[in-house]
Amino acid sequence: MEALIAIVIGTLTACGVYLSLRGRTFPVVLGLTLLSYGVNLFLFVMGRLTIGQPPIIRDGASYADPLPQALVLTAIVISFGMTAFVVILSLRARAELGNDHVDGKEPGR
Amino acid sequence: MSHLVILPLLLPLLAGIVLLLLRGSATELHRLINLAATLGLVAVAVILLMQAGEGQVQVYRLGNWSAPFGIVLAVDRLAAFMVLVTALLATGVLLHGVRHDSYFHVLFQMQLFGLNGAFLTGDLFNLFVFFEVLLIASYGLLLLGGGRNRTRAGLHYVVLNLIGSILFLFAVGTLYGVLGTLNMADMAVRLAELPESELGVVRTAGFLLFAVFALKAALAPLHLWLPGAYGHTSAPVAAIFAIMTKVGAYAILRVYSLLFGPDSGPAAGLLDPWLVPLALLTVAAGTLGMLASRRLSEQAAYLVVVSAGTLLTAFGLGGTDAIAAGIYYLAHTTFAAAALFLLADVVSRARGEYADRLVTGPDLPRGQLLAGLFLLIAIAVSGLPPLSGFIGKWLILQSSIGNPWMIWVLAVLLLTSLLGVMGLARSGSQLFFDTDGWAEAGPATRLSDLAAPLVLALLGIALVVYAGSLYEFSRAAATQLVQPTAYVEAVLQAADAGRVR
Repeated sequence: MEALIAIVIGTLTACGVYLSLRGRTFPVVLGLTLLSYGVNLFLFVMGRLTIGQPPIIRDGASYADPLPQALVLTAIVISFGMTAFVVILSLRARAELGNDHVDGKEPGR
Repeated sequence: MSHLVILPLLLPLLAGIVLLLLRGSATELHRLINLAATLGLVAVAVILLMQAGEGQVQVYRLGNWSAPFGIVLAVDRLAAFMVLVTALLATGVLLHGVRHDSYFHVLFQMQLFGLNGAFLTGDLFNLFVFFEVLLIASYGLLLLGGGRNRTRAGLHYVVLNLIGSILFLFAVGTLYGVLGTLNMADMAVRLAELPESELGVVRTAGFLLFAVFALKAALAPLHLWLPGAYGHTSAPVAAIFAIMTKVGAYAILRVYSLLFGPDSGPAAGLLDPWLVPLALLTVAAGTLGMLASRRLSEQAAYLVVVSAGTLLTAFGLGGTDAIAAGIYYLAHTTFAAAALFLLADVVSRARGEYADRLVTGPDLPRGQLLAGLFLLIAIAVSGLPPLSGFIGKWLILQSSIGNPWMIWVLAVLLLTSLLGVMGLARSGSQLFFDTDGWAEAGPATRLSDLAAPLVLALLGIALVVYAGSLYEFSRAAATQLVQPTAYVEAVLQAADAGRVR
């Protein structure tokens, strides 16, 4: 289970890094989205993987760490808002600069 | 537990909300509310500073949850000092006579909210949240007004900072996974007992955090976003952004003195081999950029890079003397950089269509007044006696004596200071003396336009007049940072007090 989750997070992050290094705004936005998915999953499992345990400390019983869930909720909200913002910003850059390259000009011109 | 500690957060937040509700009304009212809230913040910051000056670390438990579980705000000397510097800078910037969009005032207060939160928080995840607050306000401020160059620079700024935030979360997650806490004081305690097997993971997370803070602080090679972003945005925004690189430097100082300081167990001294050389590289790169600048505001932006490098050199040298010198230099460079941005805007408007490009331009009406103010600010920025820049740089150079990096620090800082003087002298003579009588100037500068840069320059002069007591204060603040036990105990004792209730 740990290995599977690690592979999922790693794949998401690797794809995100690759896409966010591209030259056009659309792949960059997609890359940022994948990166934030990757990090949200990472935050979610940072209190270790536990199944079927209550998120409360009882006498001696093992428990699931509730804090990562609170943190990941904050992180999801923030990254969702930021993604919306960067989408609008890239649309505006497309309109004002006349192309969708991140540097505002086509390479080679 | 005094509720005064949370006031630097509540005041800008409430003012921002009120301003948002008043969206449709006259902008003069917005400006008044904004100024009143900022002046209120100055008053609160002064009281906090006086309380912190007594040497105790005040801890505020949000919702009265005890420390490692709830979120705490902690005020030591450095945090109170940063809040005061921010509030004074904001007041100076608001005096700048430009008609703003009504959203400017909302975003401005939100920016102050994020900044104060980042300075006061004692929790690593909370630091991330306040970074996001100040960043999203800064995205809005940076892009306000629009235009091709601004949008392009803004896109780079936003994308880079989003990647920075994601790296921040990875680092926070890793540290939580190993240490099981995010309260910085509690983390410091657990790091001291870190088993050898976890050291690699913690070091990785520590370097990830360093990359994030270095991006915010514009440390080379992560400084390249700054000249574009600061050089193309409007002057008041660039001026308030003068504190933004200092947030990165503050975070480096706070996190690495608490978590990776000299006495903090196996992970101690994480940044020692990295910070000084990178900071000196930043100084050199910024100076070269400054010499090559074609506009005054671009030059001011590169000077922000130089100052960030100088500041981090001081923090990287470590020890009470160097950190105290850095804290003094931080106040100086914030005010001086902001004053230069605002003056560049005044000059740019006076020159009409020549703007602030460094080319032969028109004779300026009231040119001597502008040139005089430019001289004053340029002396402060470039670190010539008798102004605050000289004292700051002197203290940093003095603190480097005996350090293994001494030769490099002396060579780079002295050489770049000389180049800085040359660069600013060239701009000044180009703007004010190499003029063409036939060229058409813009509207004459009103005296009220000079108020904002003048106030900020006067704050710089106040730093000289009160240099003695200020240096004593920054030494005391540095002592608190070098020996973080008092901070850790204050936060965790507050936890015990909470449990008794």
